[in-house]
Amino acid sequence: MGCGRVGAELATMLDRSGSTVTILDINPDSFRRLAADFHGRKVVGNGIDQDVLRRACSDEPDAFVAVTQGDNRNVMSAQIARHMLNIPRVVCRIYDPIREEIYRGLGLETISPTRVGARLLMDALERETATAGSGD
Amino acid sequence: MYIIVIGGGKVGYYLGKELVESQHEVLIIEKDRAKCDRIVDELGDIVLQGDGCEASTMEIAGFGRADMVIAVTGEDEDNLVACQVAKAKFKVPRTVARINNPKNSEIFRRLGIDTTVSATDVILAHIEQELPIHPLIPLMTIKGGGLEIVEVKIPQRSSVVGKRIRELLLPQQSLVTLIISEDGVPKAPDGDIVIRPGDEIVAVTRRENEDALRGILTGTAPLQ
Repeated sequence: MGCGRVGAELATMLDRSGSTVTILDINPDSFRRLAADFHGRKVVGNGIDQDVLRRACSDEPDAFVAVTQGDNRNVMSAQIARHMLNIPRVVCRIYDPIREEIYRGLGLETISPTRVGARLLMDALERETATAGSGD
Repeated sequence: MYIIVIGGGKVGYYLGKELVESQHEVLIIEKDRAKCDRIVDELGDIVLQGDGCEASTMEIAGFGRADMVIAVTGEDEDNLVACQVAKAKFKVPRTVARINNPKNSEIFRRLGIDTTVSATDVILAHIEQELPIHPLIPLMTIKGGGLEIVEVKIPQRSSVVGKRIRELLLPQQSLVTLIISEDGVPKAPDGDIVIRPGDEIVAVTRRENEDALRGILTGTAPLQ
């Protein structure tokens, strides 16, 4: 759910690796981000609308990923996917690290790109310092 | 009580006003600067500008000591998250969420929101009560057009709710032939069966008595 940069990239990767993929976005223009060879199903609709989700998930998917721009939208659709549609694996992107921690505590599988991104940058900086230091 | 209202649109504004008038300590959280200014002008200094789903805003607002959080923005996902975070992180004892899309009632309830209010449902229910006619559906004509088989759904506030079939005063040549309860169970209309709201009653009646029968079963009998 969500065909932004990350959603389109992930959908393309999954499609190329042989998974059956459905991508859902409220705006049909966003499907232009998908690779030209994308085979998956494209569904236009609002992912926090249960009927839309049910339709998009009609083929009983093994996993559901929520990566729209809105944290709250991701949280709500992920919970519908998990509690109402009983999809076995649900992963939810939450930018806000605090909200991410709360929903992890409530049992959702969550990723905060803010936290992950900051960690990666921190690691890079530390590596740089270490290299520079060893050169002395 | 300390009550936090999330969303300072029309609903939030009037709710805040009402709560202030009934002597509660109230804080309205609203993102939009202009809306905040209007509330301050009219209701006083009871506004915090910010995102009511953002933990830092919630911290400043004092969610930890709130007795109640009421989320009334126009976005269901924001109302849901505000209430869930209020409960999970700040242990707010009571959360109320406005629901804009009626089909979200079930998910909100399952996800632990204490109370939900769907404006759409409330408006529909009120309008429904005002409608003069609860439909009586003709199913079939028999006996050369003299008699009809009809179906009537018993509304919530019908005067026959709670009565036994034998207590009903039906028009001449009218007979209740079948009752289907709300969960779809058909019952033969033995005189002791009690009528419940949502029951569907299949009856035989004379065509000219249709209106009277509908009046009796739906509680809108025409005044004599």
